[in-house]
Amino acid sequence: MTYILVLEQILNGLQLGVMLFLMAAGLTLVFGVMGLINLAHGSLYMVGAFAAAAVAGWTGSFLLALIASLAAAAAAGALMELVVIRRLYRRDHLDQVLATFALILIFSEGTRWLFGSFPLFLDVPAYLSGPVSLPGGIEYPLYRLTIILIGLAIAAGLFLLIAKTRIGIQIRAGEADREMIAALGVDISKLYTLVFALGAALAGLAGALVGAIQSVQVGMGEPVLILAFVVIVIGGIGSIKGALAGALLVGLTDTLGGVFLPQLFALFMEPASAASAGASLASMLIYILMAAILLVRPSGLYGGSA
Amino acid sequence: MMTRESLLNWAMIAALLIVPLAAWSLDEPFIITLATKAAILALAGVGLNIALGLGGLISLGHAAFFGIGGYAMGILAAHAQNYEPLFNWPFLFEGSNQMPLIWLVAVVLSALAALVIGALSLRTSGVYFIMITLAFGQMLYYFAISWSAYGGEDGLSIWVRNEFPGLNTLDPIQFFAIAYVILCLALFFAARLAASPFGLALAAARQNEDRVEAVGLTPFKLRLAAFVISGAITGLAGALFADLNRFVSPTMLSWHTSGEIMIFVILGGVGRLYGPVAGAALYILLEHLLGGISDYWQIFLGVLLLLIVLFARGGLIGAIAGREKAHG
Amino acid sequence: MAEVVLRTENLCKSFGALKASSDVSLDLRAGEIHALIGPNGAGKSTLIKQIAGNFRPDSGRVELLGRDVTALDTVARARMGLGRTFQISALAMEYTVLQNAVLGALGGQGRVFRFFRNVMKDPALLAVARDALERVGLADAADRRTADLSHGQRRQLEVAVALTLKPKLFLMDEPMAGLGADGSHRLTGFLDGLRQEAPILLVEHDMDAVFALADRISVLVYGQIIATGTAAEIRANAEVRRAYLGEEDAA
Repeated sequence: MTYILVLEQILNGLQLGVMLFLMAAGLTLVFGVMGLINLAHGSLYMVGAFAAAAVAGWTGSFLLALIASLAAAAAAGALMELVVIRRLYRRDHLDQVLATFALILIFSEGTRWLFGSFPLFLDVPAYLSGPVSLPGGIEYPLYRLTIILIGLAIAAGLFLLIAKTRIGIQIRAGEADREMIAALGVDISKLYTLVFALGAALAGLAGALVGAIQSVQVGMGEPVLILAFVVIVIGGIGSIKGALAGALLVGLTDTLGGVFLPQLFALFMEPASAASAGASLASMLIYILMAAILLVRPSGLYGGSA
Repeated sequence: MMTRESLLNWAMIAALLIVPLAAWSLDEPFIITLATKAAILALAGVGLNIALGLGGLISLGHAAFFGIGGYAMGILAAHAQNYEPLFNWPFLFEGSNQMPLIWLVAVVLSALAALVIGALSLRTSGVYFIMITLAFGQMLYYFAISWSAYGGEDGLSIWVRNEFPGLNTLDPIQFFAIAYVILCLALFFAARLAASPFGLALAAARQNEDRVEAVGLTPFKLRLAAFVISGAITGLAGALFADLNRFVSPTMLSWHTSGEIMIFVILGGVGRLYGPVAGAALYILLEHLLGGISDYWQIFLGVLLLLIVLFARGGLIGAIAGREKAHG
Repeated sequence: MAEVVLRTENLCKSFGALKASSDVSLDLRAGEIHALIGPNGAGKSTLIKQIAGNFRPDSGRVELLGRDVTALDTVARARMGLGRTFQISALAMEYTVLQNAVLGALGGQGRVFRFFRNVMKDPALLAVARDALERVGLADAADRRTADLSHGQRRQLEVAVALTLKPKLFLMDEPMAGLGADGSHRLTGFLDGLRQEAPILLVEHDMDAVFALADRISVLVYGQIIATGTAAEIRANAEVRRAYLGEEDAA
């Protein structure tokens, strides 16, 4: 086991982490501002990936595909908010869970109907494929590195947006007190639609970026959604900072655990059973992490009293 | 005096008996199997309803218990059919193909899992609880996928349905009878539970936590007990469901299954004792009828669910029997 | 001197820069009604919550029946005999009035982990519940849904549920709020007799009731108790008049 392998896996963990952040940021914003739990956030991820795959298929341009993923997911998100979600803000969490679960069924089956059950493929463009040499002698896929950089740039942008801009002030005010923000003369329903569409766009972009590494298929958003939930539980609901910390923690734990646990087990077990026991434990590692953090801090790392 | 709701409840329970009996006399085993499936899924819903309807605990992780019940069946039966001992110590145990023992194991294991998951999740509330139960369910799902000894992603098949003393379980109507009787017992138990001291305190904790604490009762303990009972019943349903299919796979543990069990409860009417019966029957009916029209029938299910949530909170029973005191 | 049932010693509790309780020491003795008054935002609710066990004080201690309960939670304190009524009615709204009272009786009895018997047919619990409803004048409303009760009736039910616990002391947070002159008059009479059964720490805005009932009054302003004494002493206290009563007169 060399240090290059370790560094490579850390980069892989970062890459998963920033993608999870793009998912978790929208979820946690929507929860923080509107008090809504949205299971259908994974569907927006899927919409972004399918839009990107379709546009890349027509135009051959990866950049256009990414723009399409943002636009399609934002549009789907805004539509979802206008037609269904806004009826749910005053409802209890059970209604929110059920209605957004219903949306998943509609989106998933609708996509299957439009695109069929076979996975689509979104290719990494030539100018982003191949490895790149990093300091320390690491050869790392350029595309994955790009994902990390895009993710970090968006994270920085999001922090700026919330800390510095008018919209950000309104978002923070909305988290603190809905009536106050209405009193300030902000059109709250417009703000909600905007926040929801923003979260959707980030999810869609994540779907497109990951879609080029994996395949684009129906149901692809759900495992990511659940990981994003783990991220939010760890980070604390409503906190962007918590979402970033949680995302990186989950990304690194999942990636490093998956690679190194079987090797660790091989030190004292037969190879075959070490591989399977290691894989089994690795698959549960982030949930064990979540449980451990819950025991110490029931409202997450950066959570207030929720 | 019989209210409309209790009349409807009796009608449903009767219909669930009469339809398969009629199918039996007409020699339509497929319909009997559908009815069996409805009864088993209703049982899973009755389990969830104790946590959800009575306790107000929005668990999106009940597939964990359903799946544990399923795997209890699969593992015991697989060892029995292959003559490979499950363990040698402290005594030799070769697995089993006897339903009563399988059910016992399923109930105990799912209750234990519910105890651990509940003890962790119930430290939180609201959205956290939803996400955490979901996450723990998913943890078991991934565990089952990676657990190659029992089939991993492909699941585990058994060749012959397990046995019940004195019955031929391969005869659809006899297996239906088993599922139906268990469902009726569970409904009876759930009704008693709702009216018991425990049920009174549990439902009070859902309505007002401060009040329950102020009279010296601990909501956490009440909820944990409810979660364990709820998980155990859903686990029993899982064992029966796996026996019905003679197959268990990680799908039983997936969060879609959790969502579907919740749909049974909601389609029927949340907090209504017989809601899961109505919901599961409607679900099977829709799956069968719409599934015949379109491969994408779940779109219709989604739209229906959405409409019920947005516009008809009482579910099916609510629509027919009207708004009625759901508890107590 | 009568036995001390409840004592707080130097309770301090801050929320950030705001000192909600500073050095609050008071006691409640057998047979008395001790009223706690103070303007809005004086820290009454925070103090109540520390006594009931919702908040842990930053420093200081709470003693119940001679035992240090600072580290105990609300449930444990309720079990020891602290009967509480809430400022905003905390009742199971879907339940009937009788069910709420039976819930109280069940809590008082403590045997909640029974899964088969019909709780609404348990004669012992029903007797306690009906007796409590009778005493507050809600016997006729026993079968009504709690959500359908008037505001005043809910206040009465709060008191009835506390009665079912047969508590050693009462902690009542504004039981008169919103009752109207008639209801408030009736409740005043009832509390007057109740003090013999168990002493009452009474937080109340209704000054007529307070001055009619209280054996002693403590005045809380900005988290501090500025005076404790009989009704006459409090009336005569210049600091109280300035800090509190004067303010009320001006308003």
